[in-house]
Amino acid sequence: MLRIVLMGNPNIGKSVVFSRLTGAEVITSNYPGTTVDFSRGKARLLDSQVEVIDAPGTYSLQPTNRAEEVAVEVLRWADLIINVVDATNLERNLFLTLELLESKKPMIIVLNMWDEAERSGIEIDVNELEMHLSVSVVSIIALTGEGIKDLVNRLNEARSPHETKTLTEEEKWIEIGRISRDVQKLTHKHPGVWDRFSEATIKPLTGTPIALIVVLATFWMVRLIGEGLIAHLFEPLFELYRPLVMVISAKLGSGLLHDLLIGRLINGEIDYVQSMGVLTTGIYVPLGMVLPYIVGFYLVLSLLEDSGYLPRLATLSDNVFHRLGMHGHAIVPLFLGLGCNVPGALATRTLETRKQRFISATLLGLAVPCTAKSAMIFGVLGTYGRSYVLLVFATLALVYVGTGLILNRVVLGESPEIFLEIPPYRRPNLRMILKKTGMRIKWFLAEAIPFLFLGVLLVNVLYTVGFMEWIARVFAPFMEWWLAIPGEAVAALLVGFFRKDLAVGMLLPLGLNAPQMVVATTVLSLYFPCVATFAVLIKELGVKDTLKSTAVMVATALLVGGAMRWALIGGG
Amino acid sequence: MMQLPITSLKAGAVAQITALLGQGCSFQRKLRTMGIREGKMLKIVAIHPFAGPLVLDIDGREITLGRSIARRIMVRVEDCCESS
Repeated sequence: MLRIVLMGNPNIGKSVVFSRLTGAEVITSNYPGTTVDFSRGKARLLDSQVEVIDAPGTYSLQPTNRAEEVAVEVLRWADLIINVVDATNLERNLFLTLELLESKKPMIIVLNMWDEAERSGIEIDVNELEMHLSVSVVSIIALTGEGIKDLVNRLNEARSPHETKTLTEEEKWIEIGRISRDVQKLTHKHPGVWDRFSEATIKPLTGTPIALIVVLATFWMVRLIGEGLIAHLFEPLFELYRPLVMVISAKLGSGLLHDLLIGRLINGEIDYVQSMGVLTTGIYVPLGMVLPYIVGFYLVLSLLEDSGYLPRLATLSDNVFHRLGMHGHAIVPLFLGLGCNVPGALATRTLETRKQRFISATLLGLAVPCTAKSAMIFGVLGTYGRSYVLLVFATLALVYVGTGLILNRVVLGESPEIFLEIPPYRRPNLRMILKKTGMRIKWFLAEAIPFLFLGVLLVNVLYTVGFMEWIARVFAPFMEWWLAIPGEAVAALLVGFFRKDLAVGMLLPLGLNAPQMVVATTVLSLYFPCVATFAVLIKELGVKDTLKSTAVMVATALLVGGAMRWALIGGG
Repeated sequence: MMQLPITSLKAGAVAQITALLGQGCSFQRKLRTMGIREGKMLKIVAIHPFAGPLVLDIDGREITLGRSIARRIMVRVEDCCESS
């Protein structure tokens, strides 16, 4: 099958072109480094079934991070290249174009963001550009789909240039200067409102207060949406569902099947959090407690991503991240990780060195709670009082900074400085945001529901065979001595490997008091990432570094848990 | 002509890039592919305190870069905006 590869600089809309061509769903945003791995899709182009591959963005064919390495690797598989070029930034995009032409593979150039170029007073003579590069050039607006048909119709024009003399880098820059002088006409535009806004949001004096407001507003909106959905949609739905499960419960009578599907009745009633049946807790935790916050988080995250604000936040927070051995771009894995640690861990690929990736991934697994975990901490600990919830999150933030400061000194290797292109602000498109949020919700459900069922099943089986009592007895002396929480909490730690949200729920029947609950949820948050994140860590860091990373997590969890115990509960 | 690293400019200053210093061709390539090239005009948009990053505007596009990278970008200062 013919392989078509989309190549281009970061953040110029390759992924948008990709989903336009293949209809495949991929995440697109307005910041460099959204795509860190390649995606494949099928399309009917050139009168046959072809494979289209979306490569991560790269500035040249000499990679400087892991995402760019993937791009260079993917290029080797290409039978045909679609080189996506940013029309608003022709000059600096042409370096990669000239490098790609030297690969002698058939190629066609797509000038994307044609509308934005016109608005900013850039006029490009497409015919002249074709003459210079001796390949076809199609101008498109990927976001609206304008010109995509034209691209599809003209794909058969893709060819390798007749004369391929290899230029040195110096010669390439001279050639680029010549081309852009010939094909480009710039009309000077006075800076508009957006340009002023852009400057205000990136300058330290005005940008810092704006950033604080944006971050606080983000969390406030997530809570507002989450709590609103719970109160007005999910709670009423689960109350409607309750009589149905009661009927099933009565029909089943007592026995293993009842325990498995419905779980334990508490005072003759079903308790959605504590009953631990597949049809009760197994459904209620993901749908009734976590999903509402997932919806809220990803809606708000999409706004941050698509507006182009994240790179500004990266600039403003660079100072902090630099002291933790990373740089400002590490805000991207952190923010994605607040949704789910898995995409967060993948996003560490945009960091340049092993040291930066190790620190970023370790801190992510350690102290960045995913929405599922956060929602449960809110749901379970919130009943004890809001200040306890705040205490847990403040501790996690302190652990993030504290461990980062230490790892920066201990981990060997370089921490290069930030070097980041700031995209222009773009107005987020409601349809794109809903589509993107929908995709992420689907992933959450596909990921969470099987593991939750598995978790519920495991809990029941392990209790039935007596394993849970045994392990609780073994660990009880240590848990009581060091953390002042009962040995049964070990069962929650065990289940936490599969689903942290379920594990937080398992703490509820233990009858802990508020300080014990704070210690238990903090330790549960810190001690180990969930199995899905663990798998990604092995893939990204390798076995050896993952083991080191988890050693850091377990040690930190025990130290911080112990310290909190002495602070909150004392020695008694 | 006075040649200075951009770290000695003030926020708002406009200057022309004259040279990129040191650290091999991969470093220089990275700067150039981001639009930082000899002959280009740049504006200092922001300088973050506590040795934080600088924000430049080149060809209407903003770029954030750390101090030690910025130290290697040399410029010729326009008379009207000269600073020391």
